[in-house]
Amino acid sequence: MMEIMEGSHAVARAVTMCRPQVIAAYPITPQTHIVEALAEIVANCELDADYITVESEFSALSACLGASAAGSRVYSATTSQGLALMFEVCFNVAGMRQPVVMSIVNRALGAPLSIWNDHQDSISLRDSGWMQFYAEDNQEATDLHYIAYKVAEDHRVLLPSFVCFDGFILSHTYEPVDMLNQEQADSYLPPFKPYHRLDADDPISFGLFASPDYYQEFRYENDQALRSAQDVVASCGREFGEMFGRDYSGLVEAYRLDDADTAIVAMGSLCGTVKDAIDELRDAGKKVGLLKIRSFRPFPAEEIKSALSGVSRVAVLDKNISLGSKGAACLEIRDALYGSQIPVLGYVLALGGRDVRKKDIAAIVDNAEKGRGDIVYGLREELLK
Amino acid sequence: MALNLGCTAKPGNARDNKTGSWRVFKPEFIREKCTQCGMCTIVCPEGCISPDEDEFPVPDYDYCKGCGLCAEECPSEAIEMKKEEK
Repeated sequence: MMEIMEGSHAVARAVTMCRPQVIAAYPITPQTHIVEALAEIVANCELDADYITVESEFSALSACLGASAAGSRVYSATTSQGLALMFEVCFNVAGMRQPVVMSIVNRALGAPLSIWNDHQDSISLRDSGWMQFYAEDNQEATDLHYIAYKVAEDHRVLLPSFVCFDGFILSHTYEPVDMLNQEQADSYLPPFKPYHRLDADDPISFGLFASPDYYQEFRYENDQALRSAQDVVASCGREFGEMFGRDYSGLVEAYRLDDADTAIVAMGSLCGTVKDAIDELRDAGKKVGLLKIRSFRPFPAEEIKSALSGVSRVAVLDKNISLGSKGAACLEIRDALYGSQIPVLGYVLALGGRDVRKKDIAAIVDNAEKGRGDIVYGLREELLK
Repeated sequence: MALNLGCTAKPGNARDNKTGSWRVFKPEFIREKCTQCGMCTIVCPEGCISPDEDEFPVPDYDYCKGCGLCAEECPSEAIEMKKEEK
């Protein structure tokens, strides 16, 4: 049913439909509305879950890890500094292969303190072994939670997942959202069947010590699981489309890319602005298209390579920067296209909530056509003396 | 030991991990000097030295990490640490 909802509340509702048995989270802007809503839903007995109030994000994810190991479907949500505080636990969750699903309401990292949006928080956990899905709008943000649980809990995958969506730009914006009802959600997402779990009658321990004789093989297996998750993401996304009409079988999504000279690559809510800009640029005779990355981990390098094979140049927009290097997506797109001779130009932009408008996309396309890239776009030169 | 998903293990499986592979120096026990005092058995942090049928101490090299405490403490200097090539 179509409803006008705030992004955070839509996500909270979708999470409720996923029937998590344990929720542990610590409020932090701009994630707060999600966990407030869930606390109310649990308190009103609309969801049969244990809501564990904790003193920090470190404890929130630790509680989720323990509850997941005990065989529960679990949920958490965080952002920015909160995710940074979970850093250690994130690696443990992935290494113990627990299918935790966590919403990341993307926000910049301090210092300087910023509550506004960019992708530095989740991108900084790129190497932790979690899947990372990025939503363009609130419809996608809600739908990706069902898909994330289904993929994460698949016994061919058994990896945790971030569902990332832009702080304020999506989380605090009211949009029409087609919300599944409980019956639909249950038919898509069956109850969690743990691969193995903590059981006092048949005890096991998780994440034990691995000497140099074993550690590398564990990391290799984690890597293999994340790579092979691509097929499961595609099939779970396809199944969602067949059941509810919104297809997520592609880990990337193309917009007017078929005959494009310049391809823009972007993630998250930025894609909406880019699509509008492309429509205007097309009207003005410029052949521009978009490749949206929905799944940054697993990273669909082959899909990207084939989608971009016909373009003359690629402009990658990154709302993050690996200081001393470049934006994360730029580096990986360049790697995916290695040997193809297609120039890949990186544009770091919108850090700490700097707004991006259609005219900025047009300016970036102009830069790309002139071969000017690998820059931080939109710098206020007057501040830099 | 094959890998278990999530690095899980049942209790009491520490024996499956043959820590003897960590060893750099290997203790060699010289029977002619040994007085069967039992000091090596007592000080071994792995608990992997036990008497044979003739009451002479014998290390279990599957678990001996080569720490050398037995050789250091042996009052009869009946244990020598030798560099082990693998």
